[in-house]
Parts: sequence; structure tokens; C-alpha cells
Amino acid sequence: MSIVQKIGQTVMKKAAELAPDAWLPGGKPDPLIEHRPALIGAPESRLDGPQKVRGEARFAAEYALDGMVYAALFYSNVPKGRIASIDTSAAEASPGVVLVMTHRNAPPMKPMPLFMTQPKATGGNDLPIFQDDEIHWNGQPIALVLAQTQEQADYASSLILATYLAEPSVTSLSAAKAKGTTPGLFQGEPLKLEIGDAEAALLAAPHRVDSVYRTPRHNHNAIELHAATVFWSDDELTVHDASQGVAHTAWSIAQVFDLKEEQVHVKSPFVGGGFGGKTLWAHQILAAAASKLAGLPVRLVLSREGVYRVVGGRTTTEQRVALGAQSDGTFDALIHTGFVAMTAHNALPEPFILPARCTYAAGSFKLDVEVATVDMLANTFMRAPGESVGSFALESAVDELAEQIGIDPIELRIRNEPEKDPTTGRPHSSRNLVEAYRSGAEKFGWGERNSAPRSRQEGEWLVGMGCATATYPYHRMPGGAARMTLSKDGRVHVEIAAHEMGMGTSTAQTQVIAARLGLPMDHVTFAYGESSMPGMVLAGGSQQTASIGSTIIAANRALVTELLKLTSHDSPLHGLDPDDVIGRDGGLCKIDEPERFESYATLLGRTETGELTVEASAPPPLEAQHWSMHSFGAMFCEVRVNSVTGEVRISRFLGSFDCGRIINAKTAASQFQGGIIMGIGLALMEETQFDERNGRIMNPSLAEYHVPVHMDVPEIDILWTDIPDPHAPMGARGVGEIGITGTAAAIANAIYNACGKRVRDLPITLDKLID
Amino acid sequence: MNPFTYARAADVDDAVQLAAGSQAKYLGGGTNLVDLLRETLERPTALVDVTGLPSAIEERSDGSLLIGAAATNTAVAEHHSVRTRFPMLTRAISAGASAQIRNMATVGGNILQRTRCNYFYDHAGSRCNKRSPGQGCDAIEGANRNHAILGGSPSCVATHPSDMCVALVALGAVVHLQSTRGTRTLPLTDLHRLPETSPDQETFLKPGELITAVEIPALPFASDSTYRKVRDRASYAFALISVAAAIDVKDDIIQDVRLAFGGVAPKPWRAWNAEAALKGKPATLENFCVAAEAELSDASPLRDNGFKVALTNRTMVAVLDALVREKNGGSNP
Ligand SMILES: Cc1cc2nc3c(=O)[nH]c(=O)nc-3n(C[C@H](O)[C@H](O)[C@H](O)COP(=O)(O)OP(=O)(O)OC[C@H]3O[C@@H](n4cnc5c(N)ncnc54)[C@H](O)[C@@H]3O)c2cc1C
Ligand code: SF4
Repeated sequence: MSIVQKIGQTVMKKAAELAPDAWLPGGKPDPLIEHRPALIGAPESRLDGPQKVRGEARFAAEYALDGMVYAALFYSNVPKGRIASIDTSAAEASPGVVLVMTHRNAPPMKPMPLFMTQPKATGGNDLPIFQDDEIHWNGQPIALVLAQTQEQADYASSLILATYLAEPSVTSLSAAKAKGTTPGLFQGEPLKLEIGDAEAALLAAPHRVDSVYRTPRHNHNAIELHAATVFWSDDELTVHDASQGVAHTAWSIAQVFDLKEEQVHVKSPFVGGGFGGKTLWAHQILAAAASKLAGLPVRLVLSREGVYRVVGGRTTTEQRVALGAQSDGTFDALIHTGFVAMTAHNALPEPFILPARCTYAAGSFKLDVEVATVDMLANTFMRAPGESVGSFALESAVDELAEQIGIDPIELRIRNEPEKDPTTGRPHSSRNLVEAYRSGAEKFGWGERNSAPRSRQEGEWLVGMGCATATYPYHRMPGGAARMTLSKDGRVHVEIAAHEMGMGTSTAQTQVIAARLGLPMDHVTFAYGESSMPGMVLAGGSQQTASIGSTIIAANRALVTELLKLTSHDSPLHGLDPDDVIGRDGGLCKIDEPERFESYATLLGRTETGELTVEASAPPPLEAQHWSMHSFGAMFCEVRVNSVTGEVRISRFLGSFDCGRIINAKTAASQFQGGIIMGIGLALMEETQFDERNGRIMNPSLAEYHVPVHMDVPEIDILWTDIPDPHAPMGARGVGEIGITGTAAAIANAIYNACGKRVRDLPITLDKLID
Repeated sequence: MNPFTYARAADVDDAVQLAAGSQAKYLGGGTNLVDLLRETLERPTALVDVTGLPSAIEERSDGSLLIGAAATNTAVAEHHSVRTRFPMLTRAISAGASAQIRNMATVGGNILQRTRCNYFYDHAGSRCNKRSPGQGCDAIEGANRNHAILGGSPSCVATHPSDMCVALVALGAVVHLQSTRGTRTLPLTDLHRLPETSPDQETFLKPGELITAVEIPALPFASDSTYRKVRDRASYAFALISVAAAIDVKDDIIQDVRLAFGGVAPKPWRAWNAEAALKGKPATLENFCVAAEAELSDASPLRDNGFKVALTNRTMVAVLDALVREKNGGSNP
């Protein structure tokens, strides 16, 4: 970012902070909040469900193109160095092989624009791809085989022989730390924050806890493997991709191949799970390059091992949390600092301090993330980057402090509820964590918990309960835009370059559009997943709901403005302002005089074509710089720890959420539950085996990289406050990521309550629980 | 995957003929072999499909059970005689893999499945003496949480992953073999080799030998036997450790006992020392502990798997205690 941009940004931020409420997006509550149509919150089933069940939903690896050939990758097995030799002759001579591509014959390409360096940049790293002989991580792809069948390509790739000139490498966090660390920067801003003298306040406090918590590396394991089916026609490139950011990907690929953005068409109508991993990595680039070289359409599907070698995951963290408190529990000091491993070629220092910025009031703060540079595949976003692992440390520490003081852990949290944002001083837009705790505790039966560890045993099983706070911010990224076409028959078609990765976006947004326009759901079509559509909507940061929501508000307003222009003197709507009317029963009516109504059919009857198309953009997301906008949750867990074997079984889990208004009760509950299940994995089993001798990932398969199976997952109870956020579109703050936050701490705290062992090192495997 | 030919054997004679004289592999359910073909860890030139060979489970007059090698894991686990007379076998099989895999997997294939050592699988990036003799072993000083504490050698510390085999060795199962040179039988405890200096040699089978059946001798006190598997998640994970046990107690004295461990050694581990330490002794917790100690005192844990020693010990003691309590209607002196 240039200095001018930076100053510009700072000025904007200050202005947004100081501006009067009414000037800001969300300054006037979305009318859907007050008028609350029945569709908002309705448990509609997923509209894409039948298509998926019938196998009609086509995913990136399922497009069969004429003359298409198949790709397989060959990976390095040293972490750093140069390719000394690469013998591809046997592979080239192998049956069915069309070509073998290495750095020697790949077309010239620029590095991918690195995520967060420009608005549409979405590359996982900014390293050259097949342009030189340098190796940057163990598992880096260095050759690609194209063949008539996948089997031929796979076989031929096994015939490639490479030798390396290895160079000294750093492949462990401890070795990297010893070489020195740098301050973590997140979205261009330092993560470091100090308010008061927290170390001094800690020492002076009558109660304190001070411990180090560790979390391992994690890999992305969406069910759908990363895939790209690509073809060129002249200078136009089409990519059937599995993507959480079609517009971002099209722009980024265009930079790599020196094309105009419009020359790259990224299509991704269905995605089999993203979680932060389905962005731009080397495989789409390699598929496009190979297709160009061969002059043929190419399908490249990463194998499961390939996903581990090519697509980054969550990095490892080492976190210190220290809390100093008075005897009544109020925090004098909140310290959350530590280290993360990162590469020199990416920009995500897993920001684990984020929960500590907004969750508690404290007399002083010291927050910091230091980066240690490791020779490894670039780490990346994975569901709630920062909050997922940061809340484990912070919320474990709060539990430890509660026990030390002898206060109920919920009470301790309530005593430290901030009145305004504790580190920015901004007013809360809507914060109801205490309410979430109250209702959750009651439903869960928290009152039956005995705070003394090991006080409940059933046979071999020690039973315990724990709780923790979940938190995730409201995000709305810039760039939302939509095209909306309303026709005389009362049908509306909306196009946005947004994404459906199985979360239910298309269903929830169809509900919102129907509710806003006053139409039945089956009169709404919501089209998404193509870069040629308007908007730049990343399916990330739990922001799609808000981003699309505010875009639809803008488009609807543009539409209503045009419709009102069509009214003549005899129309009941004549002379009204867009803010005076609301969509209802297939038409528009005046908000406070609903009998002043005219149907869309009548309104559009006045046009020649019988339809009206508008395009509109969402306003810049200044609301999040004016108010402190965060979702929270109270997580409750009951756990059983086997006194003989140390095995852990979660017997009950409840999440009580404050995420604003819920748009679809069914898909939201699934999102919360899915997040919690991923949190169970984070707590008990997920771990990338990273061999610190050479930086090689040793368990690149679902047999050896454990995620929870059905038997690991109990019934999960979900509650929500449903209190709308007056400053968010529809009153909704997004639900995609919060479920994974707080979960690991609730489990760790329950394990402590069950067996008296405090495990600060994830995952909590049984060897850490037996003597 | 390397190219190979495929033939389906009509009967046992046909199978051994088809396999003779080439780099052939028998194909059971393929749940392990096909993975290894894909990884190019196995490169046979011919596959001989043996799933059409005898799969009956037959109760014989001497009280033994003869199980055709092509019987699926599911069929064995669900068989009435197995469930009632050898419940440890039902439990062991049901604790393994997933229902889908157990429906495909055969008895012969389960016995001969290969280790899950991650370095063995990583042919493109790790050294392994089992895969490439003499290359070295990256597991011994690497991530070896899942590796052996018993029976390993300086050249290999991989474990045999089967659950079924642990119950079978505890029950004294005998394997029936056939090749073009004739038939023979071999106790299952003598089928797998310890790695010593040649971990690529995993069994004492002769080239082309086919497993035709597994025989379980009568063992009346096995009707109360059990199998306990300890793993990193509730299902669908290989054993960190497991214990198969049957115990015969009269007047509080142990008349006979069968114990075997899984997940701790390169082969299904019959705990002979523990058994010897228990026979003729009172069935007390103390004696169970002494016996566990007798078996595990030789354990040589590695960097990451030291916990397996205590875990095996505690699990074995708990399993025996539970068996004795059950028989005594809830109490153990
Ligand atoms: C994801 C996963 C999880 C698993 N989890 C477990 C677990 O928890 N516990 C467990 O015990 N197992 C587990 N397994 C392993 C599974 O039990 C074995 O793959 C299965 O038993 C092998 O049987 P098969 O018939 O498919 O053998 P195949 O794959 O067909 O063959 C395996 C080997 O046996 C040889 N063979 C087959 N039949 C004969 C015969 N009659 N005579 C001589 N040689 C023969 C083959 O040549 C080959 O070398 C798991 C497997 C997978 C893939
Ligand atoms: S333990 Fe055995 S199988 Fe594993 S790497 Fe070493 S030699 Fe190979």
C-alpha cells in the first residue's frame, strides 16, 4: 500500500468513527428489521438440495470438454534448494502422455497477486510458478504431466526423476524463533496493541494466571477436492473452478497471464466446502498454463495428498495468556502475546489476539503476534483464522482464573463485560452475550455443575462440564454489486458474483430478496458463482450475508426509485419517496398506509418491455468503523474422560449465539453445528504431522489426518437470541465461522472439570490425559 | 498404478496355478491392495482375484470353526457361532475400519494387510527399509506415535494394523495354506515375521502360497472373551493399542488365560509372558498388574509413543478385571 493510500485509509477510518450515525450505512435500520416478514427466519430447506441429491449439481471436476486431457503433478521432497536435474523422458514416453511441463517449458507467468495486497488479489503466495529451479517448500509442485486419462497421467508422473541441490532450511517454529521474529501485520495494520502497563498491572494483581498454549498446524479437508477444468479460446480463458471468490480469482489469474480481467471467466456455481481454502493456488495457474501449452482443454484435480502439498492450511501458534484480576474478578491486566510460523511469501500471521481485543473490559492490555519465518507451504485462512485458536487460549485462561479466584466462570465473564469496545472505545452496535449465557446455562443445566474437578464419575468415566465464549466480528467487504431484473409477471432475477459452498447462501438470500420485494420465494431466482456477474463478494469472513444483503438493499432502492418514476398522478404511490414504500404482496405500498398499494404488474405495465433492470453497488462498509460490531456465543460442553485410557467423549454440547437476526433457522443451525463439529476436531484430533526435520507433511490423507466421525459428535443444541443488530443489513451479522470459536476451550475446560488435567496443547489426545 | 493383468480364480487349484511363476498378487476385497497399487508401493504384474473361493464358516465336530479365507470381515463378525463362542473376534472385527470396508474386506486380505506407517506410504519423500531395503528408516527418529514398542528392530518399528488378527492369535487360530507344491498349516502366531534386519520380509509364507482358510480351535472359556481397542477418535481409526482377552477362573484361581495386543508390535502380539505369569495364580488386580509388567518390561518406546506402555498395561488390567467381575456378577476380590 502506498503512503497516500494509507493516509487516505486512516482519514476515512477517523471520519467514519466521528460521523453522525445517520450518515453511515446501517445508520437507519433496515426496514426488514422492524417489518419482519414471515420469510425472515423461516427454516426453508436448501433450494439446491434436490439438485445435489440427484447428482445434477455440477462441480469443477465434473465438466467434460471435447478433447480434454488430464493433469497430474509431481512434487519436490526437499524444503529448500534448487532442482539439480529433472528427468521427464520416461514420463514423456509413457502411453497417453501429451506433454510434461516443468520450469524449462512453462509459458512466462507472473506470480499470483498475494491475498490482501490489492482488493481482488487472492493468491495464496506470490512465488514464481514453474519459472525457475528454486524450491521453497517440501511438496512444491515442480512438474505437470498431461495425458489422455487420469490414470495415464498419474502413472507417468510416477516415472519422473528429480535431484536437488538442497540448501539449509528452517523447518520448525523453535528454530525459526531462534533466528529472530518480526511483528505481525494483519490487513496492513500491526497486531500489536498496548493500553496501559499490563505487565506491571499483572504483577500487582492479587490473582493472576500466566501460561503458554500451543496449537498445531491444520490442513483444509473440504470433501470436494480442489479442481479446475480449463480451456482457452483465442485469448479468453475459462476456468470451471471450486472457488470462494470468482471475481477475485478472475482478476488474479488475469494478472498472472497478462490479460484483461474480462478475458478470464471463472465459473463456480457449486463448491463442496471452502472454509478459506478454495481461493487461488498454483493448481488453477498450472492447469491454465498447461492448457495453453498443449492447446487442449485440461482438467486438474488435486489428489487428497495434492491438497496438502499445494493448498495452505492453518499455521501453528504458541500463545501466552496472562490475566491479572482483583478478588471480585475484574481484570486489571489482559496479556495475549506469542508466536506464529509463517513464510516469507504470504501475509497471514494467524491473528490469535483478535478475541482479546473485544471480549473483555480490562484495566490494561498487551496484545501482540510475532512472526517466525519457516520454509513451508504458505499458511492461509481457515475457518475463523485467529479466533478459533486464539479463543482456545484466552478462554482456557479465563477458566483457570475463575477456579483460582473461586468464582463461577460465567459470573467471572459477566463481571468483565465491557460497556463499549474495550480497545477501540467504539459503541457496541448490539451486544447480548450475557443474555446468551443466561439462556444457554439454563437450557444446558449449568447449575448442576460441581466446580471441583473429579467430582462426578460413572463407571470408568469421569464427567465434567465447561463453558467458553465464542466470538467473531461482523465483516462487510467493499465491492458488493448486483443486477436485478423485475418483470411484469412479478418475477425477479438477481445476479451477483457470490458463492454457494453448501452453507445455504442461495436459499437464505432468495428468502431475503422475496421478503424485501414482497414476492413468494418461487418468483425469485438468485444467480451467482460467475465472475462475469456484478460484484466482488468473497465468501469469507462470514460476510456474504451482510455483503449480499446490503447490495440487495441498494439494488432494491434503485429499482423502487425507477418504479416510482413510472407512477402517474392517478397512482396511489405517486409522489412517494423510495424510503416511504415497502415491497408487499407482489407490489409496493406506503409503509404507514398499506392500502396505498400498486402491484408490480401494474407498475411495469407502464413500460414498453414489461421489465426493468437495475444495477447497483453497496455503500462502502463504514459501519464497522463506527460501531463495534461483533457476534458472540456461549458454548457449553459436557465431556467424559476415561480414567483408564484417557479417551475423551463429548456427551453434550450447546451453543447459544448472539449473531443478530437469523435469516434461515435451518441453514443457520447447520452452520453453527458444523462450526462446532470442526471445533471438536480442533480440540481433540486435528493435527498436520509436520516433520520438523525436513518440513514434510506426513499424514496427507483422511485415514491419518483425523476429523470427527459421527460417533465423536453428540447431539448439538443450538439457541440464538435473534436480537437484530440495528446497524447490519436485515439485522444479521453472519453465522459461518463463530461456531468453531470457543468450542475447543469449552471442551478443554470441561475436561479439566472432569479429570483435573489442564491441557494447554492441542489437540487433547489421550496420551496427554493418562499419567 | 503400474499395468497388470487380472484373472478371477475359479477354485483354489486354479488360483495357485494362475499365481505361479509370475509377480502375481492375490486380490481379496482390495481395500488395502488397491490403495497400495495406486501408491505404486505394490507393483504386481498380475492380480488373481480370490473372492470367489470358499467363504463358508463351518462348525466342525471337534468344536473348531473353519472359516474360508474369502469370507468377508462382516460375515465373520456377524456369524452366530463367532458371536456366541468367540465374541472377542466379533468385537475386534467390528472395531476396525468402517462398515463399507468390512463388507469388502476378506479374512485372507485382513491377515496380509500392510502397515500404516506414514513413512512407508511416503515413497516420494521418505526413507523406508520395508519399501526399499537398506535405505534407512525415517520413522525411528521421526513422528512415531503410532509405532511399535515391542518387537521392533533398529531397521523398522512399524506396527501390524489389524484388529481381527489380534483376536485370532489370542484364540490360537491356525492358517491353512496351499500352493502348487501342496498344502500345509501354520499357527497364525508364526505367520508374521518380526522385522529384524529385513523388514521387507513380512511373513513366513512361501512364494505363491494362498491362504485358503483359518481354523479356530475349540476354546470353551472364550465365550466370555472380549476385545478393547483404544484409539484417537470414537470410530474409524487404527488402534493405538488394543487388548484381546479371555480368562478361565475357578475358585478364584486362573486356570487358563489368553491375551494378545494390537497396535504395539510389527505383528499381532500374543502376550505369552503375561499369560504364563497368570496361570495358576489368584485372579487379583495385583496379579494382573504383575502380568502386564511381565509382558511390557521389554518394551522399547520411541520419541512419541512412550504412552503406549502405560496404556497397554492399564487397558489389559482393566479388561481382565472387567471379565472377572462379569463372571462373578460384579465383584472381584
Ligand atoms: C480407511 C481404512 C481404515 C481401516 N481401518 C482398519 C482398522 O481400524 N482395523 C483394521 O484391522 N483394519 C483396518 N483397515 C484395513 C482393512 O481391514 C484391510 O484393508 C482389509 O482387511 C484387507 O482385506 P482385503 O480383502 O480388502 O485385502 P486386499 O486389499 O485384497 O489384500 C491385502 C493383501 O492380502 C493378500 N491376500 C488377499 N487374500 C489373500 C489370500 N487368500 N491368500 C493370500 N494372500 C491374500 C493380497 O495379495 C494383499 O497383499 C482399514 C482400511 C482402510 C482403507
Ligand atoms: S518403521 Fe518400518 S515401515 Fe516405517 S519407515 Fe521405518 S522401515 Fe519403513
